[in-house]
Amino acid sequence: MQLIDHAVIQQRIDRFKNQDLYLHLEMTTGAYASHLDSSKHPAATFISNAVVRFSHGSISGGGPYRVGLKMSHGWVYSEGLTHYEETDEERLILAGHDGQGKLVVALHLSREPF
Amino acid sequence: MERHILVILPHPDDEAFGLSGTLSKFIQAGTPVTYACLTLGEMGRNMGIPPFTNRVELPRIRKQELEEACSVIGIQDLRLLGFHDKTIEFEEPELLDGSISALLEEIKPSLIFTFYPGYAVHPDHDACGAAVVRAVSKLPAGERPPVRCMAFARDHEQAIGKPDVTVDVRAFLKQKLGSIQAHRSQFQALELLGNKSLSDKEVQDRFGTERFWTYKID
Repeated sequence: MQLIDHAVIQQRIDRFKNQDLYLHLEMTTGAYASHLDSSKHPAATFISNAVVRFSHGSISGGGPYRVGLKMSHGWVYSEGLTHYEETDEERLILAGHDGQGKLVVALHLSREPF
Repeated sequence: MERHILVILPHPDDEAFGLSGTLSKFIQAGTPVTYACLTLGEMGRNMGIPPFTNRVELPRIRKQELEEACSVIGIQDLRLLGFHDKTIEFEEPELLDGSISALLEEIKPSLIFTFYPGYAVHPDHDACGAAVVRAVSKLPAGERPPVRCMAFARDHEQAIGKPDVTVDVRAFLKQKLGSIQAHRSQFQALELLGNKSLSDKEVQDRFGTERFWTYKID
């Protein structure tokens, strides 16, 4: 995984416009969040291999980054993205990691199911 | 002497901290161990610092780590049951219970290890333990192997009392720390040890005992 390069990610988002895509979108504080600290709220959510199609998409911010994808009837939004998988040209694999390296947020797009 | 041990846990690495020493001890005494791991831990959050992998590649990495941990512990038979991380409590009960019942039928274990339902913190841990208890309770009363459970929820001892089985694994810390180290995407084993050696009292106190509760099945 590499730190996000704004221009590279914008190019990769543009490649996915106007086609059916498989989306994985996730955010989590981890299953142990409140085990170690009862003041923390454990929250996790993911949607895996939902089919989406967007007409307009962009990356924003100065790091961590945000991505918004405009669909005909709604939006995909993700904040806190820090890294991308530079070796995967076919898929867009974005993730946000905290200071301990733990994944907090993930946004993936692919023409094939994950 | 146990004839055959069956371990049923939901994630690669679930065996490392609480059970690996006990398993090494049994294996050295000649007991075969089958470890059924329900998922590949594909929703784990640890990816290394800086991150060396991602969501998509993590299952493959965690499978390799699990195989290495089993090798260090001496486990001869690893079964990957193919369920998805975080979904155990939502899985179709017939499918989940059926796969566990099939293992019980095939292996006829003399002893089972899993998590204590309701007192194992992670929803997958609790759901795994509950499914094991359901499957074992379906066996005729005289054929049910003991189910030894790991529990570590906050205040678990107030609810379920003290563990009834404690195992001294001080002679197996090499295997135990080795199994923790094998799960390198999850744990920085060297950080756990610092500059201490396996013979240091602090390490022996921290890792040298494993605790289990025998689940009472009516």
